[in-house]
This record gives sequence, structure tokens and C-alpha cells, in this order.
Amino acid sequence: MYDFIISFSYLVASVLFIFGLKGLTHPKTAVRGNLLGACGMLLAVVVTLTDRHIISYEYIILGLVVGGAIGAVLAIKVEMTSMPEMVALLNGFGGAASIFVAGAALIESSSLTDAPILQLTIATAASGLIGAVTFWGSLVAFGKLKGLISENAILFSGQQVINSILALLVLGLSIGVVLNPESFSLYWMLVAVSSVLGILLVIPIGGADMPVVVALLNSYSGLAAAATGFVLSNNVLIITGSLVGASGIILTHIMCKAMNRSLTNVLFGVMGPSGEGGQTADEVYGGKVKSASPEEVALLFDAARRVAIIPGYGMAVSQAQHPVASLAALLESRGTTVEYGIHPVAGRMPGHMNVLMAEADVPYDALKDMDEINQTIDQVDVALVIGANDVVNPLARTDPSSPIAGMPIIDVDKAKTVVVIKRSLSPGFAGIPNPLFALDNSLMLFGDGKKMVLDIIAALKES
Amino acid sequence: MGKSFSHVFEKPWDSRLNLPKNEEIVMEMFLMSFTVFVLAIFVGFEVITKIPPTLHTPLMSGSNAISGITLVGAIVSTGTELWVTTVLGFLSVVLATINVIGGFMVTNRMLAMFKKKS
Repeated sequence: MYDFIISFSYLVASVLFIFGLKGLTHPKTAVRGNLLGACGMLLAVVVTLTDRHIISYEYIILGLVVGGAIGAVLAIKVEMTSMPEMVALLNGFGGAASIFVAGAALIESSSLTDAPILQLTIATAASGLIGAVTFWGSLVAFGKLKGLISENAILFSGQQVINSILALLVLGLSIGVVLNPESFSLYWMLVAVSSVLGILLVIPIGGADMPVVVALLNSYSGLAAAATGFVLSNNVLIITGSLVGASGIILTHIMCKAMNRSLTNVLFGVMGPSGEGGQTADEVYGGKVKSASPEEVALLFDAARRVAIIPGYGMAVSQAQHPVASLAALLESRGTTVEYGIHPVAGRMPGHMNVLMAEADVPYDALKDMDEINQTIDQVDVALVIGANDVVNPLARTDPSSPIAGMPIIDVDKAKTVVVIKRSLSPGFAGIPNPLFALDNSLMLFGDGKKMVLDIIAALKES
Repeated sequence: MGKSFSHVFEKPWDSRLNLPKNEEIVMEMFLMSFTVFVLAIFVGFEVITKIPPTLHTPLMSGSNAISGITLVGAIVSTGTELWVTTVLGFLSVVLATINVIGGFMVTNRMLAMFKKKS
């Protein structure tokens, strides 16, 4: 009877998780969905605490208190601009937890029987391997996002060879763990080598590709949990792990599609300035770039009836989301229509810009996705690009030899006037010049995003 | 409940790791787990493809929170008598709880900011 109650409670928890995710299909039901998920988790934890194999509670309670406190502080303190770092860190912790749980189960099973069953040993090897790659990969991603490690792709010769050797080593050690589950050192060696592999796999990936990496590591953390579920023959872990795994894979796919690149290309390909065929910055910009002052831009806005704002990672860096929202509110109070155009890979994680604008009290229905904003962009009087570059580069449409060829972009060049707020003419992640800046209908506003927007607001209020 | 009924609910194995004693049950158990795994992936795809891009960041932090379900396994490891598993269990309880509490709280904080045009 006791086992039945436990299994049934786990089933209820799994159903609550699914309903929780279903709640996320609309902002109106999302808060409730998140609470449903939390209820499911509470149920699963409470039921587990009654497990008759538990003989002492001191360390469990200590662990829950310490982990809960750290989690709560992180959740309350984190800036919305730093959400990618937070998610990367949480992905990593999920992976690490799987390593330790599977390791503990391996030790325990060997103390109970002479030969642990194959399912347990294979799943243990998988948990250790995926968990370690997830943990260290996520730490590198965290370091890159936080600026502790160079955001640029770190490349060295023989990288692929070393990775291949490590992958073979990992495979060999996994087989070793499966065949000799009683020698625990093999398991920890597998974890160690997988850790190195995790670091080396993420190190060569550059900053703007972080949305893909963070989404992929999200998926791995789910798969690690599912593998641990196979170790413990526990369905709630398997179900939850597969849900998270599926979620991460879908997001990874969306991100890759939004850059018109394959996952292999993001992970192993090198995206650098195109050697031949591409024009140099001087050829593209020479004498054609017009710089404007905040006052001139304010005059443009004054006359505009329809405005589109296209934010990018640069807006997050200069923390300009609140001034941008104030500018939009000011324009709307004067009868101008204001919309936001959000590119799927703008920012450093899926949906990054949406959260920033929500933080600045911008209603979610004012945020249009790329396809939607592109349909009406030719009716826009002023398109304001702030901190975005490659996602508005028309070369993606016109130059088949460019590294971003075929990438879907927001067609701001079709708007009547384009205002670009940017610190300098330096190229974006793709390393290519952007002909948008040299168009007849483009104006550059050089400076810090936040300061420039505040200057425009001041100028608008004076006029 | 009398002794005569207890065998109905008693498994042919006993340990939290559900270590079975016979080959056939091993295969059957694995196939059951694998069925659940495959079906759950399909459910995941169905549900998650319907989530709009606006909510992709909360989706990631929320899925971080539920992948903290590893906590369930971690708790039992911590409570067993072997000191090694207690140490490993304790570490994983801390890590998984950070995921659960941090994940749900930050997701809630984000979602509370999403408002419709008034």
C-alpha cells in the first residue's frame, strides 16, 4: 500500500508539471502554471520524506535549508539583464546534482548486491557523463556571459582532435563503468574526463551564439535528470527529465533556425569575417554614414505617426530598457503608435528582450515577433534600432557569400527612416560591416544607449 | 490490513533502488521505464511547441525548477546509513534545492511583470 501511495503521488506531481508547462502557453495563465509546478514539487518532496529507507533527517534538512536559502537569494537579487547567467548556473547545478545522485546509487547498489543490473549501470554512466558535461559547460557559459572569460570564440589548433580523443575516452570509460560497476574510481574518472570535454565544447563558442548554448545545456540538464530516473527506476524523474529535455531541444532548434545555421555549425563551425567577396568597412561606410544629434532625432519622432523599436543585446548592456519604455510612453501620449520588433536571437537567451521590456512595464502585446513586424515595417515612419546589429543587416538578404546569408532579419531598411543608436561603427558578432548604417534613410546616433534615449526624451519634452 | 493481503503490494525485490531478483522482471522494468520516457518526450514536444516566444525565458527558468526533481533521489541517498552516500546525497540536495527554489521564485518574479495593455 505504501509503495502505491508514493507512486501515485509521483504521478500526480508529473501531471502538475505538465499542466504547469501548459500554463506557460499564455501570459495570463503563466503565473498559475508556475504555481501548479511548485505544488507538484512540494508534493513529490513531502512524499519522499516519508520514505522508509531514510534513517536520519539531519543532513536532509540542512541541505534543504542551505539550498533553499541560496536559491531564494539568487532569485530575489538577480537583475533581469542577467537572466541568461542565472539560467546557465541553474542548468549547471541540475547537471551536478545528477552526477552525485547517480554516484550515490552506484555505491549503494554495490553494497546491496554483487552485480547491479544493466539498466542501473548504463544509466549511471549516462548520468555521470551528461551531468558533468552540463555542469562544466554551463560554468563556462556562465563565465562568458558574466565576462569572466573572453566572450569571443577561444580557438586553438588541434581542438577537434583533442575533443575526438576525449570523446573516445569518455566512451571507453562508460563501457568500463557498465562492465565493472563495483570499481567506483572508473565512475569518477568518467566524470572527470566528461568535465574536461564539457569545458572544451563550450570554450570555442562566441557570445552571440550563447542563446543556442544555453538552450542546449537546458536540454542536457533535463536528460541528466531522466538518466538519473533510469538509475533509480523512478518515473517522476524520467517524465520531468524528458519534458525539460524536449523543451531545451525545441528552443535550440528555434534559435538555430533564427540564425539560419545548423546546430553542428554553431557548436563546431567557426564564424569569422568572410575573407573573399565581402566588402571592407571603408567601402561600405566611406562618406555615406550620417551622424545625427539627439535633438535632430527628437524632431523626427515629433513628426512620426508610427514608430518601431528594435532592441538588441546592447540595450541590455547599457540597461536602457526603462528609458526606452519611457520614450515609447511619451510618444504614445502624443498619439504616435509604438511597436517593438523582437528578433528570436536578440539578447543572450531565448526571450531575453521580452523579459527586459516586461520589466520596464511594456505590455506584452506591444511586442511583435520578427514575422509580424516585418509585414508592416514599410508603413513605419521611424525605426529605432538600439543595441542590435547583425539581426538588422540587409546583407543577409542580398549577399549570398556573407556569413549571415539567409538568416532571417528584421527589415528595418524598408522603414521610411532608420535611427541606429550605437557606440561606434564596430561590427557585430558576424564581424561584417552593416550597409544599413550607410543607407540614405539611415541616421546614426553615436553614444551610450541609455544616455542617448534620455537625451531624445529631454529634447522631445522641450519642443 | 491482514497478512494475507500484504503479498499483493509486496514487490519481489526490496530496496529503494528496486533491484529485482530475476532477469525477466529486469527487462520488463526497463521497458516500462523506457515507454514512459518516450511518451513523456512526445507530451513535452506537444506542450512546449505551443509556448509563445515572449515566454521563452520563463520557460527555461521554470524548466530549471522542475528538473530539480532530482531532489527526490537526493533526499533518500542523504538519509541512508552509508556515510559516502550521505555526503554525495547532501551535496545533491543542496544543488537540486537551489534549482527548485531559485527556479520557481525567479520564474514567478518574471511572470508577474508580464502585463497586457490596459
